[in-house]
Amino acid sequence: MAKDLLTPKLISEANRFCPGCGHGLIAKMIAQVLEERGVEDKAIQVYAVGCSCLISTVVRADSIQAQHGRAPAVASGVRRARPDAVVYTYQGDGDAAAIGLSESLYAAYRNENFTAIFVNNGVFGMTGGQMAPTTLEGQKTATSIYGRNTALTGQPFKLAELVAQMPVAYVERCSLTDAKHIAQTKRAIGKAFDNQLAGKGYSFVEILSPCPTNWNMEPVKAYKRLADVVSGEYKLGVLVDSEEE
Amino acid sequence: MRRMMKGNDAVSEAAIRAGCRFFSGYPITPQSEIVEYMSWRMDEVGGSFVQSESELSGISMVYGAAACGLRVLGSSSGPGFDLLQEGIGYIVSAELPALIVDVVRYGNGLGEIVPGQSDYWQVVKNGAHGDYHCLVYAPASIQEAVDLVSVAYEKSEYYRNPAIMMYDGAIGQMMEPVVLPEMKEHDPDQFDWAMKGRGGEPQKQITSACYYKHPVPQNYVDNLRNKYAEMEKNEQRWESYMDEDAELIFVAYGIMSRSCREAINEARKQGYKVGMIRPISLYPYPVKAFESLSDNLKGFISVEMSALGQMVEDVRLAVNGRKPVYNYATGKMIPDTDEFISYIKNVLEGKEESV
Repeated sequence: MAKDLLTPKLISEANRFCPGCGHGLIAKMIAQVLEERGVEDKAIQVYAVGCSCLISTVVRADSIQAQHGRAPAVASGVRRARPDAVVYTYQGDGDAAAIGLSESLYAAYRNENFTAIFVNNGVFGMTGGQMAPTTLEGQKTATSIYGRNTALTGQPFKLAELVAQMPVAYVERCSLTDAKHIAQTKRAIGKAFDNQLAGKGYSFVEILSPCPTNWNMEPVKAYKRLADVVSGEYKLGVLVDSEEE
Repeated sequence: MRRMMKGNDAVSEAAIRAGCRFFSGYPITPQSEIVEYMSWRMDEVGGSFVQSESELSGISMVYGAAACGLRVLGSSSGPGFDLLQEGIGYIVSAELPALIVDVVRYGNGLGEIVPGQSDYWQVVKNGAHGDYHCLVYAPASIQEAVDLVSVAYEKSEYYRNPAIMMYDGAIGQMMEPVVLPEMKEHDPDQFDWAMKGRGGEPQKQITSACYYKHPVPQNYVDNLRNKYAEMEKNEQRWESYMDEDAELIFVAYGIMSRSCREAINEARKQGYKVGMIRPISLYPYPVKAFESLSDNLKGFISVEMSALGQMVEDVRLAVNGRKPVYNYATGKMIPDTDEFISYIKNVLEGKEESV
């Protein structure tokens, strides 16, 4: 019986993510949050390209696949076409922070009333672990084989801090480091949806997530790196909460 | 009631009256009037208008609203239209209806803001990667543009494939008397594929048809082949003008066909038997118009406001070697009647090379 309680109905099959990947955890939390609020049948998820696109095979809400990076713009069209729907984007860091930066920031700039889930694992995952804007200094990837040289390529990209410059409802950065942080992540996702349901505007949750495959680490070590290294570069916490202003 | 309207305004109003309730776009000459018109008109009819931060974003919003079953409009010109191609490719792949307008300006890169017909290749062939065509309509007057808007929506929905209306900056910018259609409501919920949340039903997916709709590779191939074969069989549109006894037949669309028609009338007075085939659909190309050729026909002249001559390739395919084809590519100029007649003389005197 415990299995029934733990698996949301929106999750219809085992996920296809790599062992130790954070996407599966986040998918489950999104499904739980939607079902706890009774809005799973009104949900439209907009995803784009990269590992994140597998979300539609895990969370069985109505789904639209956008072009690479364009999910926030597609969701802006959906928002207007379906005022009663619960709309959210699900994107990785290459998708939302590199090719889709303009769409990410302009959706925030317009304070679109939808929820943005942004999964930051510091690499382009699906294409084989190339450097992303979010890659840490010195981190070895398929396009930075001696370690990221930030003098040439720029510093790790802080999308949450940029979004926080816009007139949005809510921005929080979370991490999947351990049970405590996962619980906090779920609270943040919940709040981001509650804001939308209350019509408060754009709510953005950045989630630091491990990529054992492209970090070339066993999952346990990847979670330790998330706690010891990644969370040091990317500060956790609430950046914007319009309720508290 | 007839009223004087600018081409871009009339097309915008025709879209509204066909039930279009979502527009997103970015200003670029000579298309900007569509953005301007929709910015106030959408609000009046309870639709949505977004002035997007880029054409990439604008067509993405159009894609999102189309996925929800709305009648949608996108538009651009020149380098802006290039940026729409990414989204058009996805709208095609997801098998969604949509109408997109290309108000063509002349030249490569940034080019110029003057009218042109040099977008033929990217609009009629396909501007994004993959195997597809958009339905392409090329009106020659503002009234015809207005009338084709509802046709384009209906065909686009029937085939689940985007349609493009392509006209040059002259038709976009000039004013003509026009009769507008009655206001029509469109129900986005009539489509079982339209996104609105599952509502207790199984999940719906809007993504490339190769994933869920036609996961068997051969089914995907067959679906594409059958769709475009049906369009080519049933959707060819053209107007023939004085071509039955003609020695030379011009092939011209859009604004060029109007100058051509005037030149034909004058040439006939001077004893030259010339006529015209005016394609109205550019995809599917009206090859049926070229089926029976009379013995006294000496050749076809493809006329187009481009430097290289783009449509002439389709004329050659339609003629298939039965008669000579001449490429009268006029750059950014529309020839006047005297120039048309001197080109006719040159062809008849063997001074022009066929292609």
